[in-house]
Amino acid sequence: MNFVSGDWNDTIDVRDFIQKNYTPYDGDGAFLTGPTERTKKLWEELSVLLEKERKSPGRVLDADTKVISGITSHPAGYINKDLEVIVGLQTEKPLKRAIMPFGGLRMVEQALEEHGYHLDPEVKKIFKYRRTHNESVFGVYTDDIRAARSSKLLTGLPDAYGRGRIIGDYRRVALYGVDYLLAKKLRAKIKFDRMTMTDFIVRKREEINMQMEALEQLKELGSIYGFDISKPAKDTKEAIQWLYFGYLAAVKEQNGAAMSLGRTSTFLDIWAERDLKEGRYTEQEIQEMVDQFIIKLRIVRFLRTLDYDNIFAGDPVWVTESIGGMGLDGRHMVTKMSYRFLHTLENLGPAPEPNLTILWSTRLPENFKRFATSISIETSSIQYENDDLMRVDLGDDYGIACCVSPMRIGKQMQFFGARANLAKCLLYAINGGVDEITGKQVAPPYKPITSEYLDYDEVMEKFEYMSNYLATVYTKALYMIHYMHDKYNYETLEMALMDERMKRTTACGMAGLSVVADSLSAIKYAKVKPIRNEKGLAVDFEIEGDYPKYGNNDDRVDRIAVKVTKMFMNDIRKNKMYRDSTPTQSILTITSNVEYGKNTGSTPDGRKIGVPLAPGANPMHGRDTNGALASLLSVAKIPWADCQDGISYTFSMAPSALGKSNQERSTNLITLLDGYMTATGQHLNVNVLNRETLMDAMDHPEKYPQLTIRVSGYAVNFIKLSREQQLDVISRTFHEKM
Amino acid sequence: MTGRIHSFESFGAVDGPGVRYVVFFQGCPLRCMFCHNPDTWDATAGKEYTAREVVEKILPFRNFYDHGGGVTLSGGEPLMQLDFATELLGLLKGSGLHTAIDTSAAIPLEKARKAIDIADMLLLDFKAFDSALCEKITGRPHVLEQEKEYLEYCQSTGKKVWIRHVIVPGLTLNEEHLKGLGSYLHKFSCVEKIESLAFHKMGEFKWQKDLYKLAGTEPPSDKDMKKVSELLESY
Repeated sequence: MNFVSGDWNDTIDVRDFIQKNYTPYDGDGAFLTGPTERTKKLWEELSVLLEKERKSPGRVLDADTKVISGITSHPAGYINKDLEVIVGLQTEKPLKRAIMPFGGLRMVEQALEEHGYHLDPEVKKIFKYRRTHNESVFGVYTDDIRAARSSKLLTGLPDAYGRGRIIGDYRRVALYGVDYLLAKKLRAKIKFDRMTMTDFIVRKREEINMQMEALEQLKELGSIYGFDISKPAKDTKEAIQWLYFGYLAAVKEQNGAAMSLGRTSTFLDIWAERDLKEGRYTEQEIQEMVDQFIIKLRIVRFLRTLDYDNIFAGDPVWVTESIGGMGLDGRHMVTKMSYRFLHTLENLGPAPEPNLTILWSTRLPENFKRFATSISIETSSIQYENDDLMRVDLGDDYGIACCVSPMRIGKQMQFFGARANLAKCLLYAINGGVDEITGKQVAPPYKPITSEYLDYDEVMEKFEYMSNYLATVYTKALYMIHYMHDKYNYETLEMALMDERMKRTTACGMAGLSVVADSLSAIKYAKVKPIRNEKGLAVDFEIEGDYPKYGNNDDRVDRIAVKVTKMFMNDIRKNKMYRDSTPTQSILTITSNVEYGKNTGSTPDGRKIGVPLAPGANPMHGRDTNGALASLLSVAKIPWADCQDGISYTFSMAPSALGKSNQERSTNLITLLDGYMTATGQHLNVNVLNRETLMDAMDHPEKYPQLTIRVSGYAVNFIKLSREQQLDVISRTFHEKM
Repeated sequence: MTGRIHSFESFGAVDGPGVRYVVFFQGCPLRCMFCHNPDTWDATAGKEYTAREVVEKILPFRNFYDHGGGVTLSGGEPLMQLDFATELLGLLKGSGLHTAIDTSAAIPLEKARKAIDIADMLLLDFKAFDSALCEKITGRPHVLEQEKEYLEYCQSTGKKVWIRHVIVPGLTLNEEHLKGLGSYLHKFSCVEKIESLAFHKMGEFKWQKDLYKLAGTEPPSDKDMKKVSELLESY
């Protein structure tokens, strides 16, 4: 049986292929099968290694010190060749971490040293003659950027690690085969042959040239494992394998902060449906391929420094896979493969990776909603994002990069910008640009506030000025970072699997929204008295009276949160973006809310110096006192139009508070999700866990090797978090009303 | 008119059917030994709201409550502020929201009727199926008799009831009583569900230390609770 033909036969158009060929599935999960013996055995063998890895210093089982990683740098590697149905590892051994020094040699050296390894002198020698992204960025940084960086007004900038958050359209490898992709790239390149050369055109040609080299290497990667992937995949197994080779090549080339997979399940289902019909494979065999594909995604590893772990804890890769959603023609896009992907959490147990993300619509089939929420309740491994909201802007073939950043697959990328600390920015506004912790003048000096009590209008005026300044320094830094990243650490393979003409965004971000909103609310509705030190710096605050707090669906303060969000976004928009990209922002912190809090002085909302900020767009711990929905509705007010890179909300609830039976819990979670999405909330992490379980896991990690918990936008093995981060997770509002 | 409210919960998933907004009323005439919200007892505490204000807090969430959920008045004893509860129920009803009263029948039926008549259902707490024990637990006489009156009234008017019964080892974890309660409830077609709630001590910290008599009592085991449901349902 052939596939239904269409535009996808003439141009690269994976969406068209999917729409013409996929089969929506309305049934339940009864057709699913358990893991095969082979899979069970493979997972068991791997579990031993994972246990060993967890007990190794810095949780690194093994690291390469010699071979610079690239698409074809390593020989074939296996966990146990006889048991593997889908093959391919980043290095010649499972869980052995490769070195990728193009981002920065020092980071590689440091990471190796921290874990007890030493970089081979030969590699060092090579980089005497080769510049890296990191050293080039620091070579051009301005003094104001350096000051903002070292005072932690800006944190986590991708100037010392791979930027990530680019999704190659790995499906293209399966659908078209590499030769066709090469031919298309060649055509794109020669289009420019007769044009007058400009920087723009030369750069385009150089990029396409690099992409073509990467595609040649991709074919070679296939042949290292004994496959010829120059032609399209012929069946389900090949489709998964080809697609995985595409992804594997990307994670061999790039140590990006988020290496997301895209939206592959419904695409793959087209092969599976055909093979089932034609009797080529059984359901059991297909599930085996899926389980084993997911196993591979679970063991993607990068070598990273301990500093990096402080902001992105738990060794995340963000192999984000987006599942479900609605098609533009009104058909839902749930297929049997959507079920099979989620079912891996049952077959293999919970895990943080891949970062399984449901594109939720109120119109998804009831059966699927029930299935997804049940697994969510059982494993706390799933996140939800609002398809009804995003589809309007992005159509029906977008996926989530990292945590909450939506982008059209193969047609859009972003320049990742980490985030600015707005809570600190507010303190700078009060203290005339002087850092409240170091006493250094970081922002341009201007008159601090000297009154006995803070006046809302005066604070707001100064805060607006400071926000404007911060946005300028911030976007300047991002411009330089991405200029150098393109130059010295270009993602050749990922870009090779994307269109030549694409939409680019510069994805800025903010941390501390709830602290800022509550602080301004306190200043407006209560009386806030700064406590000044001998230098006249406001280092603490006394609050007289009560004030409305963000997270209770109280418009008085929620509107302040909205105002601050718009203000910062508008300040960003005033600046020029690299490659004329569109500026966006996210309200997302990953686990850096702990780190940010450490570096932020006491704030006018009553939060003390060093106390963690709330993660993402969450209300501050314990201040949302009207239950989960009040909290959700406050977050849903943050305008999507001004946060097109995502608004992260993490929600934790004790099972007993979600309902009395599993059936009830799932029904209630569906109601909650439908309601939140209808209220235009963008993202929801759902944890259904007991506080006691987490406390026990802190003391007895060996009992909980797979305990997974969702934090801002991703999931981690709880026991891989630092004690500080564990305590932060536990102290966060648990909705557990009696 | 105004009423005294202890607190609000916008996502109540265990107080009646579906997802519900729960209004915790301030004030209760009972002093149950196992109470996990003793901070709701004092009728002069809490914060004052008009019924209209409470409704306005609820309405923004209504798309969460329209799918089999609604609003539950709990507490405290919501019927202790009878006129306020009645007005609130009327307004909620008028907005098309499903309403439930979570009550221990501590207010005589003839007074409480006007509120009960408006509500869609009752969550009726049976403290113990023995007069003396019931008095020991609640600190008040005749509570069991009033609970029975409520139930008979609901039966006669066809009002839906969920029965709730807290299982405390040493007090209500008693086979004889449970069997008795089970076979008694069996006669009422208005009873749609019997929920046995395991005693827990999560509210202990809210108690004045010397007044809490159950510090030495452990929660019932899962096995106990399974047995209890069998007893209550096998009548």
